[in-house]
Amino acid sequence: MDKTEIRVGGLGGQGVILCGMIIGKAASIFDGKHATLIQAFGPEARGSACSAQVTVADEAIGYPYVKNPDVLIVMSPDAYTQFAPQLKAGGTLLYEKELITLDDKLPAGVKALGIPATRFAEELGRRLVLNIVMTGFFAGVTGVVSFDAVEKAVKSSVPKGTEDLNLRAFRKGYEYGRDQVAGGN
Amino acid sequence: MHADPKGVLTGIHFIDGDHAACEGAIAAGCRFVAGYPITPSTEVVERFAARIPLVGGMFIQMEDEIASSIAIQGAAWAGKKVMTVTSGPGLSLMMEHIGLAAITEVPCVFVDVQRGGPSTGLPTLPAQADMMQVKWGSHGDYEPIALSPNSPQECFDLMIKAFNLAESYRVPVFFMMDEVVGHMTERVVIPEASEIDVVERKWTAKKPGEYRPYETDGSMVPEMVKAGDGYRIHITGLTHDDRGYPAMNPQAQDKLVKRLVNKIRDNRDKLVDVRADGVEGADVVVVSFGITSRVAAAAVEAARRKGVKVGHLRLIISWPFPAKVIRDLALTAKAFVVPELNMGQMVLEVERAVAGKAAVISVPHAGGTVHEPSTILEKIMEAAQ
Repeated sequence: MDKTEIRVGGLGGQGVILCGMIIGKAASIFDGKHATLIQAFGPEARGSACSAQVTVADEAIGYPYVKNPDVLIVMSPDAYTQFAPQLKAGGTLLYEKELITLDDKLPAGVKALGIPATRFAEELGRRLVLNIVMTGFFAGVTGVVSFDAVEKAVKSSVPKGTEDLNLRAFRKGYEYGRDQVAGGN
Repeated sequence: MHADPKGVLTGIHFIDGDHAACEGAIAAGCRFVAGYPITPSTEVVERFAARIPLVGGMFIQMEDEIASSIAIQGAAWAGKKVMTVTSGPGLSLMMEHIGLAAITEVPCVFVDVQRGGPSTGLPTLPAQADMMQVKWGSHGDYEPIALSPNSPQECFDLMIKAFNLAESYRVPVFFMMDEVVGHMTERVVIPEASEIDVVERKWTAKKPGEYRPYETDGSMVPEMVKAGDGYRIHITGLTHDDRGYPAMNPQAQDKLVKRLVNKIRDNRDKLVDVRADGVEGADVVVVSFGITSRVAAAAVEAARRKGVKVGHLRLIISWPFPAKVIRDLALTAKAFVVPELNMGQMVLEVERAVAGKAAVISVPHAGGTVHEPSTILEKIMEAAQ
């Protein structure tokens, strides 16, 4: 069974859960696959650590938790420190490269790809859409969810009136991701 | 009868179990919820409060769970399909009125999104430790019905079944979710209203003056009326006669309590709902329910890859317990393995049904997370020896 386990980590308020939600929605509603999203559910508030676990698979998903993800998406240094050591050997790390500095704690063979997502979001007009830039980056690099599916998932998940901004953020991240892969990083 | 299209959000959604449970309730015709929001069940009432004004119905945030559990019963006698939503600490407070619902035969649904206990325990983390509480929690003899969904889709589908059973049998029905099922987000397909069967309340055709609230005419379940339709009725938590008036003597008690338990016991075979996977001729049978069934399924597959003849029996309806199904399997199986997120509750029922004819191995867990599939696998391998 083809199965991809993903963890998204960052700070409360960065849109970590929405990033996981859009990936899951894109996969399960628009790509016709199965997806399960679990949120690390604690007394978290804005500014504290926050994470989501998403499993995308061709068949129904049993065990719902992600222990050693194939892909880790991180938006804050704390999330990187906390989750990077659990990445699967040979997995993919997608990180906000102007907020996070890599160290030597990565498991063997991890492919690490960075993106200045916050800066891109600011250039697009709102820092808030950094999570959507990261979501696009994930789709562009991994191809786990299709462009069309994520576009639809973004459109149906963001507040009314912000669709255009969010779709531009998605495309920006997606194209940057495609370029990184094409660039043979 | 089909669902009212006004309440059915037909389409494909990516929502969590709490939200799906709410949609199931609305689709089933629930139009009144009273509750005192509590983690991890809050999202159910949050959504209900937002959605129900658009459908035509009411949500009241009550002062506590005791009030919630009785407000819904008032609304049921006013003719509504009703539900309250809580977690362990709230359920403990509701116990007295669960007994009232049992003796006055109020169709109602209690949603329990289980979290770690006892007491305040683990508000944001899962458990399945309220299973015996819903069976035995209120004093006196009665038979509840309980369902154990394991996914957001089942939170929708089985909620409709929960309401239909509450109406059919006039009992409190418990919807036994847990934190993981409640907060897990997956695809939920909501069909057209015309594809959803809902059971309407058994209203009486009798005229005021002829109608007796607890007369059964040979059936096990009496007919109902609703406030405002011109019937003068008396409903009491005291042992009562056909007229609903107190009748505090052994004969009335015998007649009433026997009917209360037998309307479920006599229908046990009809109520049984299990999912059996490869149990015929299996050496080891894993019995599970709710979120643990998904973890157990992974362990069962792993054991099969190791060549063990292992079957998986999942309880969809956990009360009444499918004792006969287990008893029959015990004729051929060597052992039963029972993982659950509690220190060993439903395993007692398995032991009772197996009655010494096979080994029964409990795989308890204090809660806070789910089992490791490897823990269950280990017990399956041990059982297969």
